[in-house]
Amino acid sequence: MKHRRTALLLFALVVAFSPACRRPGGGSELILAGSTSIQPFADKWAEVFMQSHPDFGVNVQGGGSSAGIQACKSGACQIGMSSRELKGDELDLVAVVIARDGLAVVVHPSNPVRALRTSDVKQIFAGDIMSWRPLGGPDKRITVVTREEGSGTRGAFQELVMGKTRIFRGAITEDSNGTVREIVANDPCAVGFISLGLVNEQVRALDLDGAAATDENIGNGRYKLVRPFLFVSRGEPAGRAREFIDFVLSAAGQELVRKEGLLPVR
Amino acid sequence: MAGPKKAGAGNRLERNDRLIRLALLVVAFSAVSVLLVITVFIVGQGTPIMFRYGFKSFLAGSDWYPSEKLFGLWPMIVGSLFVTAGALAIGVPFGLSCAIVLTEFASKRVRGLIKPVIELLAGIPSVVYGFMGVVILVPFIRRTFGGPGLSVLAASIILGVMILPTVISISVDALQAVPPSYREGSIALGATRWQTVKMVLFPAARSGIIASIILGMGRAVGETMATIMIAGNAAEIPRSLLAPVRTLTSNVALEMGYATGEHREALFATGVVLFVIIMVLNTIANATSAKRRKAP
Repeated sequence: MKHRRTALLLFALVVAFSPACRRPGGGSELILAGSTSIQPFADKWAEVFMQSHPDFGVNVQGGGSSAGIQACKSGACQIGMSSRELKGDELDLVAVVIARDGLAVVVHPSNPVRALRTSDVKQIFAGDIMSWRPLGGPDKRITVVTREEGSGTRGAFQELVMGKTRIFRGAITEDSNGTVREIVANDPCAVGFISLGLVNEQVRALDLDGAAATDENIGNGRYKLVRPFLFVSRGEPAGRAREFIDFVLSAAGQELVRKEGLLPVR
Repeated sequence: MAGPKKAGAGNRLERNDRLIRLALLVVAFSAVSVLLVITVFIVGQGTPIMFRYGFKSFLAGSDWYPSEKLFGLWPMIVGSLFVTAGALAIGVPFGLSCAIVLTEFASKRVRGLIKPVIELLAGIPSVVYGFMGVVILVPFIRRTFGGPGLSVLAASIILGVMILPTVISISVDALQAVPPSYREGSIALGATRWQTVKMVLFPAARSGIIASIILGMGRAVGETMATIMIAGNAAEIPRSLLAPVRTLTSNVALEMGYATGEHREALFATGVVLFVIIMVLNTIANATSAKRRKAP
């Protein structure tokens, strides 16, 4: 009986105190949330940063650009990560460009098509060009792979390539850069768009308007599909958020950007 | 305190009993209240936007472009129906045959081998089914039949396999519940075993078998992870078995992460539609199995 009572008491104590342990940001944690395109890079920064600041916890969460911006607005995180420009009622937040990312239009490595005009890409994603043949490829139906509504990558692609034209309804829709790459890597007729930093040997990035998707061409402005990676905050970042952003913008932080396949801003 | 020791112990026991009964009641009601909370929450979040844009534009609209305030769910409703019908076309014949073999033709040893395996099938997480679909089935369909491979067909096959355990175990129960005298009478009249199954057991177990199909249907409608991985998720009514398709569940899961504002509300509205479909299916299943219990 006595033991049981002790056990019960212990249990009650655990239940009573467990929410306190799970409270996010209790103490010295900096929370970043937002774009899944920035997330892997932010994880890298956080890892290196915490090596030199062992008492400083950095917690990186995904959720997407819009969700990250909202979380920042509501105060659920100190830094929101956005892979698109701010718009509408988001403009009252302070944004810092921490890197740039190219968007690559990718195809299967066996695809004979190596280069396209941006207007061709637009017609493919609008559903107007359905076959590889007029583009110099085999007479096969194009498998168009896009991202879901709300994704920052899709938003950037819509803005930079499609303009007011819709991506057609029949396009296969996936919810991450990784899955798009996976599908394109396995389907010889597929075309999709992903972050340039995530292009690997499984897929080939097409030249657009005569410019290869390289850092150099992005730097000199010949390759046009580029989007900013933003850290946003309510008001000027201060305290720990400031420290972290300063680190990301420092020579060491920007060197990481370069190493991970993004374009540094400093 | 002043009372005799024995009575005190009795009181305490009684009090404990009452306490435990109360605790169990609270637990039971918390399960019910979870359903209540879910219903209130989904309906509360999902219906305002339907009223704002009109039910017709939601249920019958065929354009899903949330960024342009177009929230047509029709392709997803049709998509869910197609995929579910496909899953039933594959799962039901296999499942029923398997149930018949297990109850009527298999020896005890074979049954002891097959039944646990089928129950194991139910325990495999759906993401594993999805993964198998992506790695094996989708490339196979692409190479054999053409198209992107991510398709109605792929989703139907995988979901067909996923509903097997439901269909089989409930049909087995229904067939086993048929009184032995039916079987014996039929055999005594000179019917073969197959004739007995076809003309006596099946009609007798009909409502249970229908319930098994409807519950399988519920599983297929509700499945999300595997469908997202293998169906291709194009928000368009598929024109062939080889075209990609998006179901209601995929629509929610796919876009939930990034959705804000009205887009988010529209996903809740998708949830409302799904909720209604599942409720209808469950009610039908309950009604048919209740009938079975009353008049076997």
